[in-house]
Amino acid sequence: MVIDRDHIIQILKGVSDPEIPVLTIEDLGIFRDATVDGDGKVTVHITPTYTGCPAMDMIRVNIRAALQEQGIDNVEVLQSLNPIWTTDWITEDGKRKLKEYGIAPPVEQTTDKSFINGEKKIVPCPQCESTNTEMVSLFGSTACKAFYKCLDCKEPFDYFKCH
Amino acid sequence: MVNKDLLDYTIQLADDVMILGHRLSEWTGHGPVLEQDIALTNIALDLIGEARNLYQYAAKLEDNGKTEDDYPYKRDVREWTNTLLVEQKNGDFAQTIVRQFLFDCYHYYHLEALSKSNDEQIAFIGAKSVKEARYHLQYSAEWMVRLGDGTEESHTRMQKAIEDKIHYFEELFIATETEARLIEMGVAPDLSLIREKAYAKLKTVIQESTLSLPENVYTQKGGRDGMHTEHFGLILAELQYMQKSYPNMSW
Repeated sequence: MVIDRDHIIQILKGVSDPEIPVLTIEDLGIFRDATVDGDGKVTVHITPTYTGCPAMDMIRVNIRAALQEQGIDNVEVLQSLNPIWTTDWITEDGKRKLKEYGIAPPVEQTTDKSFINGEKKIVPCPQCESTNTEMVSLFGSTACKAFYKCLDCKEPFDYFKCH
Repeated sequence: MVNKDLLDYTIQLADDVMILGHRLSEWTGHGPVLEQDIALTNIALDLIGEARNLYQYAAKLEDNGKTEDDYPYKRDVREWTNTLLVEQKNGDFAQTIVRQFLFDCYHYYHLEALSKSNDEQIAFIGAKSVKEARYHLQYSAEWMVRLGDGTEESHTRMQKAIEDKIHYFEELFIATETEARLIEMGVAPDLSLIREKAYAKLKTVIQESTLSLPENVYTQKGGRDGMHTEHFGLILAELQYMQKSYPNMSW
């Protein structure tokens, strides 16, 4: 069987994130590249979002499973810190899907250092768009999220932290 | 040939975050409220993640069949080179927050400088983890202020925690001989600059917290030479229990 790189990439683009299933590993910028060598061995390059993110192991498994389903068994998944992942890589489509899912997308640029002075960011509510929101906790249900509440519609929501 | 200095330094960096991460993980299920339980364990996850990246790099440098697991699970007390601060007991929430804040003051600026290391992999690990450490610093600084400038009870406990923990702060800024050689080579960052920034942040937050730093603080040190406090053996007893009971087990 001849393995076509474009075909591999199409398959990988369909692999979803285990913690935020509405997003694919492409939307999140976790999937970096895939190569096929002369012997038909596929190498997939991924980069972790957060250092200790437990989803990375699951993502490796899901990548292998997606390729195996199409009869591609000779697969290596390599994890690299080069280049370093940033929320700036989340695609526009990804941000829209995050919001529809009820998670507020990142509002800052990663170069922003105003946090050192304790400056607060305005995070609009993904449900009602109100900017009258309040942070409950800097750390949420997963490593990449903070926990907020909307003071108008009263709904609690997750915020995808800028990284 | 293995670059012994780089290897020892990588392990030293890893040991600090491994042990603090382990300490914080002891809060799992014991946090004062759910949000803080989650926050402390999130920080633990980041720190252990950083330790893993560093231990993986150490294993790669040694290239003799060791894995990242060999370092935390198979070394005895004297082989660990973390500072004494990170191994101190959790105590009450005030003690945990002060220990965390002191470490974050060092860790954030240290990682920022580490991301400019001449060693590519060390630089990547620094650049990756500094993004997480900024949230740790923001979190612990907020709690310093909230509890220091809180009730009489919280203020008293915070002041006591500072007086208990401040002795261990300075050790973070003392370069080992190995580290001094690596600073020369541009692999490790200059600690005097980091110390300046860390103390500036510390003083600002202490003032805002209405707390005070004791004068004439003596420095308790020894961790970098493997001379640990009495708490350390107990940490390893728990951390290494499975490997010692069932050598080379895995799941």
